[in-house]
Amino acid sequence: MKIVLEHVSKRYPNRNRKVGGVFTAVDDFNLTIPDGKLIGLLGPSGCGKSTTLNMICGLETPTEGKIWFGDTDVTNLSPELRGVGMVFQSYALYPHMTVQENIMFPLGNLKGEDKLSKEEMLRRVKHAASLVQIEELLERKPSEMSGGQQQRVAIARALVKTPKVLLLDEPLSNLDARLRLSTREEIRRIQRETGITTIFVTHDQEEAMSICDEIVVMEAGFIRQVGRPQDVYDEPENLFVSKFLGTPPINVFDAEVQDGRLLIGDAVMFDVPGVPNGPVVAAVRPEGFIVDNKGPLVCGLDLVERMGRDKSVVATHPKLTSARQIRAIIDSDVHVDSHVDTVRFALRRPKTRLFDVQTGERVHFPGEEVVREYQRQKKATS
Amino acid sequence: MNTRSFKGWLYLIPAIAFLGVFVVYPLFDVFIYSFEEGYNSASQTYFGIGTYNYSYVLRDPYFIQALKNTFILVVITVPLSTLLALAISVALSSIQKLKELYQTIYFLPYVTNTLAVGLVFMILFQKTPYSDGFVNQIIMAFGGNAVDFIDGPYWAKMTVMCIYTIWVVLPFKILILTSALASVNPDYYKAARVDGTSSWRIFYRITLPMISPMIFYLVITGFIGAFKAYGDVVGIFGTNLNAAGMNTIVGYVYDMLYGNSGGYPSYASAAALVLFVIVLTITCINLLVQRRSVQTS
Amino acid sequence: MSDVSKDLEQGRSFERAAKVRRVLTYIFLSIWALVVLFPFYWMVLTSIKTYSSYNGEYVPLLYATDPTMQNYTDAFTAVPLARYFMNTVVFTVITTALMLVVIVLAAFAFSRLDFAGRDLLFTVFLSLMMIPNELVIITNFVTITDLGLRNTFTGLILPSVTSVFYIYLLKENFDQIPDELYKAAKVDGTSDFKYLMRVMIPICKPTIITVLLLKVIECWNSYVWPRLITDNQLYFLVSNGIQEIRENGFGRENIPAMMAAVVVISIPLIVLFLIFRKKIMEGVSRGGTKG
Repeated sequence: MKIVLEHVSKRYPNRNRKVGGVFTAVDDFNLTIPDGKLIGLLGPSGCGKSTTLNMICGLETPTEGKIWFGDTDVTNLSPELRGVGMVFQSYALYPHMTVQENIMFPLGNLKGEDKLSKEEMLRRVKHAASLVQIEELLERKPSEMSGGQQQRVAIARALVKTPKVLLLDEPLSNLDARLRLSTREEIRRIQRETGITTIFVTHDQEEAMSICDEIVVMEAGFIRQVGRPQDVYDEPENLFVSKFLGTPPINVFDAEVQDGRLLIGDAVMFDVPGVPNGPVVAAVRPEGFIVDNKGPLVCGLDLVERMGRDKSVVATHPKLTSARQIRAIIDSDVHVDSHVDTVRFALRRPKTRLFDVQTGERVHFPGEEVVREYQRQKKATS
Repeated sequence: MNTRSFKGWLYLIPAIAFLGVFVVYPLFDVFIYSFEEGYNSASQTYFGIGTYNYSYVLRDPYFIQALKNTFILVVITVPLSTLLALAISVALSSIQKLKELYQTIYFLPYVTNTLAVGLVFMILFQKTPYSDGFVNQIIMAFGGNAVDFIDGPYWAKMTVMCIYTIWVVLPFKILILTSALASVNPDYYKAARVDGTSSWRIFYRITLPMISPMIFYLVITGFIGAFKAYGDVVGIFGTNLNAAGMNTIVGYVYDMLYGNSGGYPSYASAAALVLFVIVLTITCINLLVQRRSVQTS
Repeated sequence: MSDVSKDLEQGRSFERAAKVRRVLTYIFLSIWALVVLFPFYWMVLTSIKTYSSYNGEYVPLLYATDPTMQNYTDAFTAVPLARYFMNTVVFTVITTALMLVVIVLAAFAFSRLDFAGRDLLFTVFLSLMMIPNELVIITNFVTITDLGLRNTFTGLILPSVTSVFYIYLLKENFDQIPDELYKAAKVDGTSDFKYLMRVMIPICKPTIITVLLLKVIECWNSYVWPRLITDNQLYFLVSNGIQEIRENGFGRENIPAMMAAVVVISIPLIVLFLIFRKKIMEGVSRGGTKG
């Protein structure tokens, strides 16, 4: 089921009565979600991603705009008529019902022609349970299960109605770190198996990056960027997206362009022909630093951490604005002398992104393109 | 009105209807009654509007007697029952064995019909031509003289009334104070013990301040409850309380409304409002005292 | 060396003091337990004494010389005790059931439904809790009399059906059910009413049972309203019944039979209490007011 959001806005009366006015949770939201894909709504808390999910679900109606499921306008349709399944952050399992009763509950609401026989209901419950591999737990109560198991029950309950759209609200946030890893794989597997268009909301970029076909990065009610996770990571359209994605986070410097050259402090990093003179924000991914004795970026060296696969160089630079320290990730076989006070870096162009100081929008320059293996091959053949 | 609003009100219709008819409307009505002079419940007519009902009630010797009885009852039973409940609760929380048994026994009066048990108290205290009664036997065993507590002198009747009232109100107070005591973090006691604090000092300086909000709560509810005494009194002295000289304010209200001398809703309303004002005043004073003592402590 | 023995000595005397204190505590508690239990013992004891032996004991005996069940037979035959008893059962059951419907619906509306004027209305409800019964009973008496409902169950029951306090208690409990449960049910197309019946009520069953128990106790012991509204013995509840028995009872001052009646009307609540002891005590400490 293809989902289209057309100029969708959601405004609430401001909670703080003294301030008055309205609070805009979602602002003029336009998005097309292709059929059968796993989409992640990503953003810091309060950015409107849950509100968006609730509007797609039908728990809230947009103040303005339309929502389409395929060719149907569902904007004012109540949730049960939209054919959606939803998994809540706290799972929202009914505590007084067994797993089986929980999963069967949505089927019991069907009326008239849709009404199912008891056997059919049981068959569907079994099927949904087998899909999430909890067939042995059907007689348990939610309180007798682990968080991961409860999560699976919640998914089974959402799937039992064979929804056309599956919505997951922060599905992993109540799980511990290890379960989180396996559960996200599980969600991916279930989505692939069922082919249901799935939208999930998270504030954890790693979660979104790892399993989504596409991510939607949101901030303060606006969409900041939509795209495949790797594309969004490599080619952030604005400073917010570049800072929000990636661990360790991107390193942001106050920089300047003079006569087609990029300067951080007084040092020239590399040529950026065509970029107008003036201040600019330069953001460098941790993997964008090359340790180089003649490198232009002279930093105070704080610490070198060995992390097995690679090394992390922690350093300081007066022009850094994103954090107190630079974090650079380098290959573990590169030697860094940790007994001296300074370290010098050269920057990789494809890992350095420039942004407008005022608007935070991307400023492009030649030679910034990430050239991936497949693209190189493509170019060679064409 | 949208459908959602409509639905909300729909669910509330029964509650609103019942409360409207049996609480809100009567609340206004009682004021009107109390100012309608010479109201006749048979013809539903009255002569005029004024404060005559109040001056009648306030000059009625039965009302004065009821007022006096109620005040004595309040002044004696509230402090006594609270102190006794405190002593029992402290004793209860210091033991482990049989605690539940004691708690269960102490709570029994709460779930019994006060009129029924009032009868038992009556026969325990009563002096008849056949027998001096159980309580008098005990008094005589200690060398005292038998007294008729039910039909005898005023102070004797008042004594029974107070004893029975305390017996009836204690379960609630014990329950509240025991749970208040149980909710005091035991670490405070441990800390005090480590510092070598004596148990009396622990009680006075730690326990008491910690449970003082609950004690205040009990004192206020105790005042209100005692001012409304009626059922327990009927249990002991029967329904003709004016004759026994043991009427209470609430009893006076009901007698005015219905019963041997009844049929005067106007007088009853005036008396009920006088009671309401007294209870309200006492509650406000209590709250003020509480606020002051909380501020100073 | 001597210091150590001194300390030991002191420790032993502390121990002794603690032991004495514990014994005194138990004695004190037992005395009060006796004061509480004695009237119950006395009523059972008197109820099995024969009429003649009770009146013959100038010094009342603490035991029955020739126990008899005759008084119980008298209580059920000479006075309409069974009638009072059944009236009270009917009154209690109907009042409690009606109250449950009213308060569940109201608490649900306040807790779960969002509608214009909700918070204001709830404040009004709460302020009604402060209105003493004595103030409104006068008009209610007149209202019920005017409606010709004296000496009817309808007249007895109607004014006792609502309780703002129980609405409040239940609403607080309903509020604790996470919002997401409601949303989940909405997504599945559950109607508000079905959500109330299938999810909220089962989850809040403990509170509902507590409310039920408190209401049953209240109904069983209610005296003032029934006394005002009934003067026909056919509609007396146990409290009025016992007053009637006392004043015009067995034709003569038959204390043992009277005590038998008292035992009979006390037993249901005591049994109820012994079964649901924990729930009742917990409920009362959360919201009882008698006292």
